Amino acid sequence: MLNADEKQLIKHAWEKVLGHQEDFGAEALERMFTVYPQTKTYFPHFDLHHDSEQIRHHGKKVVTALGDAVRHMDNLSEALSELSNLHAYNLRVDPVNFKLLSHCFQVVLAVHLADEYTPQVHVAYDKFLAAVSAVLAEKYR
Amino acid sequence: MVHWTAEEKHHITSLWAKVNVEACGSEALARLLIVYPWTQRFFSSFGNLSSAEAILHNPQVHAHGKKVLTSFGEAVKNLDHIKQTFATLSKLHCEKLHVDPENFKLLGNILIIVLASHFAKEFTPACQAAWQKLVGAVAHALALGYH
Repeated sequence: MLNADEKQLIKHAWEKVLGHQEDFGAEALERMFTVYPQTKTYFPHFDLHHDSEQIRHHGKKVVTALGDAVRHMDNLSEALSELSNLHAYNLRVDPVNFKLLSHCFQVVLAVHLADEYTPQVHVAYDKFLAAVSAVLAEKYR
Repeated sequence: MVHWTAEEKHHITSLWAKVNVEACGSEALARLLIVYPWTQRFFSSFGNLSSAEAILHNPQVHAHGKKVLTSFGEAVKNLDHIKQTFATLSKLHCEKLHVDPENFKLLGNILIIVLASHFAKEFTPACQAAWQKLVGAVAHALALGYH
């Protein structure tokens, strides 16, 4: 799936995310809620106004989990096992939404990394986020 | 017909005025071929597509990318008549080029990422939403003529 070069590119680019997990996470969620309003149906209990405390908190949670995934690319299933259970038995988010959030997160990376979000980094992250999404959905049935 | 708010039209036309069609077009096509390599199936006559570097420096990719985004510009100029604007191209993509319409969605999302990397903060969530609606409308219009 991910070759050694791609893993390197992912880890290297992730250094730019460190220190900005909350900002990047909140922005990704806000983009997703704006572009794909149907995703808001999973958050009826949230204040979804721009920059809300709940969005910032949740965004940080999501990006921190992605950071865990970056550090465990060789055993994603194991590293994300609890999140996988959570999504399968508790949250039951339709997996189509993982693609939507992945796309919005990539837009955030493109916005903040600009030139450094090269095509090579882009494809590595596209593959990585697809792998994370697959793991989150693997216990659904 | 797609309904556009004045704000959406503004996001689209004002950003488009600043787009370097040649640079963005060639970059978008190159990224499509790099990120989704199976799309190379439509470009067997384009020469060396063997690596990201080769694709990024391929003159045919460059020229074709410019052509594709220039054509996309017709949608921006005809926001209220997108279906009609792409009727002929739709037929072409079905009957001559045999392109799976899924590829229009892939290219649309790639264009969004290219715009994001060029315009950064200016590419706000609201701006992204307007552009996602546009690339979706173009993808839809291109698929309409399929039979």
